[in-house]
Amino acid sequence: MTAEAPAAVRSMNLGGAINAGLRAAMERDPKVLLMGEDIGQLGGVFRVTDGLWKDFGDHRVIDTPLAESGIVGTAIGMALRGYTPVVEIQFDGFIFPAFNQITTQLAKLHYRTKGKLSVPVVIRVPFAGGIGAVEHHSESIEALFAHTAGLRVVSPATPQDAYDMIQQAIASPDPVLFLEPKARYWDKGEVDTARVGTQLEAVGGAQAATAEMSRARVAREGKDVTLLAYGPSVRLCLQSAELAAADSVSAEVIDLRSVSPFDMETVLASVKKTGRAVVVHEAPVAFGTGGELAARIGEKAFFHLHAPVMRVGGFHMPYPGSKFEHDYLPSVDRILDAVDRVMAH
Amino acid sequence: MAGIGPLSEEGLVRLLDHEGRRVEDATYDPYVSHLTMDDLRAFWRDMTLTRAFDLESTSLQRQGELGLWVPALGQEAAQIGSAHATRLPDHIFPSYREHGVLHVKGIDLASIMGMWRGMEHSSWDPTAYGVHTYTLVIGAHAPHAVGYAQAMDWDGLVGSGDPEKDGAVVCYFGDGATSQGDVNEALVFAAVNNAPVVFFIQNNQFAISEPTTRQSKVPLAQRASGVGIPGVRVDGNDVVAVHAVTRWAMEHARSGQGPVVIEALTYRMGAHTTSDDPTRYRTTSDEQYWKDRDPIARLETFLTSADELPEDFKAQVEADGKELARRTRESVKGWQRGPVEQMFDHVYGTPHALVQEEKAWFNRYEASFADQEVAK
Repeated sequence: MTAEAPAAVRSMNLGGAINAGLRAAMERDPKVLLMGEDIGQLGGVFRVTDGLWKDFGDHRVIDTPLAESGIVGTAIGMALRGYTPVVEIQFDGFIFPAFNQITTQLAKLHYRTKGKLSVPVVIRVPFAGGIGAVEHHSESIEALFAHTAGLRVVSPATPQDAYDMIQQAIASPDPVLFLEPKARYWDKGEVDTARVGTQLEAVGGAQAATAEMSRARVAREGKDVTLLAYGPSVRLCLQSAELAAADSVSAEVIDLRSVSPFDMETVLASVKKTGRAVVVHEAPVAFGTGGELAARIGEKAFFHLHAPVMRVGGFHMPYPGSKFEHDYLPSVDRILDAVDRVMAH
Repeated sequence: MAGIGPLSEEGLVRLLDHEGRRVEDATYDPYVSHLTMDDLRAFWRDMTLTRAFDLESTSLQRQGELGLWVPALGQEAAQIGSAHATRLPDHIFPSYREHGVLHVKGIDLASIMGMWRGMEHSSWDPTAYGVHTYTLVIGAHAPHAVGYAQAMDWDGLVGSGDPEKDGAVVCYFGDGATSQGDVNEALVFAAVNNAPVVFFIQNNQFAISEPTTRQSKVPLAQRASGVGIPGVRVDGNDVVAVHAVTRWAMEHARSGQGPVVIEALTYRMGAHTTSDDPTRYRTTSDEQYWKDRDPIARLETFLTSADELPEDFKAQVEADGKELARRTRESVKGWQRGPVEQMFDHVYGTPHALVQEEKAWFNRYEASFADQEVAK
């Protein structure tokens, strides 16, 4: 075929894009299966797997017993026999019973066996806050898993990325934590549904897909300050950049997309251009991914910096009651405050 | 079995008593009726070789050649008897003490020492031998075994009626592991999915220093009834009974009838590991009681009384044991560490920017010393 396949562009929200991506992955590869609590007949508590049980049946959309460690542990066993389980952990705060399986087994089996065994399990987690939920339903867990070698940690911010990246995560030979910004499930956007399939069906598609999933995206170009974010914070940074522009500050927004690994090439190119960086995430600032980025920027772009790298994020406390969450979470005001502070240098 | 403790001998399947006399059992005799004296001599040989290897490995640790050794001393019947009930389509998930199982499955014991010498984390190809890598996190492999078994079922390897094709999974763990959440979750997942998996508990009576009474108030096989699957207790020092019970359980699982729990009551004659000191928590009279029930001696007595263990066979096995020990020592001492940069390999299956960056930095760092040496 010489002509390019016509782009199949559809409007979807982010949750719907994940649903469509899962469907496409399951149609592409009969070894892909979904497991989790309430993902079958109910379609998941956020309805992300809606309709898949009906179309693919009990054997490929599996309602599991209510035990997160058992879910991830049995998924590892299935992966050892050549299946690609996509596991749903119902809420971020419920992943901890599976922490051992994820960090001591899933992350390490490839290394432990010198590559003889691969465990390409994808763990989908609706994560982060902002939806007025009760305790344990709003947590940002990315640093805990990015700290563990052997795992990839990614988070889409747009319907297009949600659609592409879930399929790339499934195709990747490595285990992937796929963090879904639950407050953005209803964000709408245009999705080209053809491109990622072409990538995956090409020779070396899984490697290319893994590499692409690990790259950052310049979400908005600017020249005075770089806003670094992923998942739920990307939209917030774009809003902040819009307001900063009204104040004659040109902010560049980088959607990191991948937390493990970070795409430092894109980050450093931006920071070297702007000389200022603000990292925004919902997770507590202390010992977080913002600290890691700040340190790496400091090591690699120190003489390009006009100001210290600032961090905007959650506080060193358990996630508060939902009536407090909008003061706990980064906001446009707090991002602009940080922008003001770096611009003062 | 109500009211009896986890170390009771009540309800144990036993086909050879501890003095090596054959005990009849209408239920399990059919599962060993095929065994010939040659088969029993092969069991005895496997147990004896495993022990020779084990004792040599303890010596190697004591001489500073191994970082740690985990002896299987006393558990040879539980391991050899059960492993001989598995075959090619089956897959095994061991804990980390199943040296006898590895031996039966054709893994050269002399080749598995890299892990204990600190050279690597695993030594054999799990796919080639149908034996998963050792798992050190207690019970963490139990859900892996269940998931693997479910997948075997999906792949059409269960209940086809073709004995050459059907398979099942065996998952080995100890009495301590039965307290782990993962083992209990594995039992639930196996039961509700009717997974073809046999949970083989070696109740060796100790989790390092803690007796089984710190893990359970009831015999461990009773855990099965809570999830609605069969549980069987067997004398773990009776290789024939272990073989019979495991054969039954494997046929049950392979034919699609679902999971089984086997509890083999045995005794860890040695220490937990070479870092352990059992004199702090158990008596010599207790140890002597179990020495008198040594699993190898039991089969040896049976074969000798039947005049089926000729001296030349024994001498040959002894020589084979010495040869295995010699090869083990040679293998351990022959281990050379590869280039240091290999420690960065296989963290991921596809390139990861952070690992690549750190490996490149490390190589530059190493090279900087080489430059200085050349400069001098």
